[in-house]
Amino acid sequence: MDKYSTIVVGAGIVGAAVAFGLVRKTSRVLVLDGNDIDYRASRANFGLISQQGKGLGMPAYQQLTRQSVGRWSDFNRQLSALSGIDPHFEQAGGLSFCLDETEFRKRDFVAQQLCKQSGGSPDFEMLDRADLVRLLPDTPLGPDVYGACLGLREGHVNPMRLLLALQQAILRRGGELRSGDAVNTIRPVRHGFVVETARDRFGADSVLIAAGIGTTALAAQVELDIPLTPQRGQILVTERLKRVLPLPASGLRQTREGSITIGFTEEDVGQDLGTTVEAAVVMSRRATRILPMLRHANLVRQWAGLRVLTPDGYPIYAQSQRYRGAFALACHSGITLAAFHAGELASAINAGDLPNTLAPFHPRRFYVQKN
Amino acid sequence: MFRRIDPEINYNQVTVYIDGHGVAAEPGEPLAAVLLRLDCPIARKTPISAKPRAPYCMMGICFECMMVIDGVLSRACVTAVQQGMQVERQCGARDIEAWKHKK
Repeated sequence: MDKYSTIVVGAGIVGAAVAFGLVRKTSRVLVLDGNDIDYRASRANFGLISQQGKGLGMPAYQQLTRQSVGRWSDFNRQLSALSGIDPHFEQAGGLSFCLDETEFRKRDFVAQQLCKQSGGSPDFEMLDRADLVRLLPDTPLGPDVYGACLGLREGHVNPMRLLLALQQAILRRGGELRSGDAVNTIRPVRHGFVVETARDRFGADSVLIAAGIGTTALAAQVELDIPLTPQRGQILVTERLKRVLPLPASGLRQTREGSITIGFTEEDVGQDLGTTVEAAVVMSRRATRILPMLRHANLVRQWAGLRVLTPDGYPIYAQSQRYRGAFALACHSGITLAAFHAGELASAINAGDLPNTLAPFHPRRFYVQKN
Repeated sequence: MFRRIDPEINYNQVTVYIDGHGVAAEPGEPLAAVLLRLDCPIARKTPISAKPRAPYCMMGICFECMMVIDGVLSRACVTAVQQGMQVERQCGARDIEAWKHKK
């Protein structure tokens, strides 16, 4: 039976980012991925690297986000060099459009509260319409656009290219990656773990479970309780257009190739991957209020994905109490946090313990504290 | 590129105009089929690398046959020809603002 230092269960954005960090430190890493028809949250990611609205009331999450956003540029450089793939990363700021005064005031309030919570970090700026027009002189904004909140350190990346780059880098650095080999059981044994798929069996000193919705069932086998629910997100994609939107926005961004992607839904529908006309209408309505010229654009794709939602929306990072080499993680913002996952988190897992700074993200926070 | 296998049969002919050139077609047949009978079956040039593309799946899902048909960008394979139809090949990413002003 082949033995590894670490087996990572799940080769999506989260698993692949940590594995990428691990292969640069540790000798033998194996990443096991499920099948094409599994519920792969990474394909439902919009590609934003964002801070807006994140962590109000949870300072640790705000801090984690700030940290990761700050490291993304270096992470991108290392990843591009190692993989030979350009993930189309840009970090020139990100917007949340406000379509009336109420939206504007709400965003302003949240931005100010976040600034206070972080001890005055100047991450956000409210822009009125005149400021916006100055910032985006070649963008034909609709008359309903009242203003926007600008996240100064935000950006975006192509999620599919990012995933490809991570997986390629893992292989180039001597890591192993097996697709179509979903993990069924994780058994703690004397000096580590035995991980079994339908086809094979592997040994490892430590195991990291980053299997999206599938994390709950697998983590239970190493005495980790990770409550997760699926959240459906639908995306619309237009034909390729001449550049009109130079900065990414919440729910609206133009890719490097010219397509405009629109994603505004957050649906609680269980494991239903269907697309709906209703969602297409809602998304189109808001998008065409921001950019009326989109009324004339052809839509070429609409798809849905199931994203991973924790009970409070904040990430889960957990290490098994009894089996110290077993870790599980789950989050919604896998791309924003990718730099952290590939950096500090991979180092911690390699060293054998999660740092105390991640204690606020332990799943015990969901239950009444008994002592 | 392709030719009819039944050239002897005389169908009711219509004329469609592809980049200004009149081409004979059978009423109701897909525009993409007409395109594929031309010496140059190219439907468009890609927005990023300006490479030529022709109809491919012939069933409406690959979007390779996008052409400007009577002023609207559409898929040629799911568009039936009609007398006098005006068809233009598209080169590069679509510029909606410019198109609006031309209208």
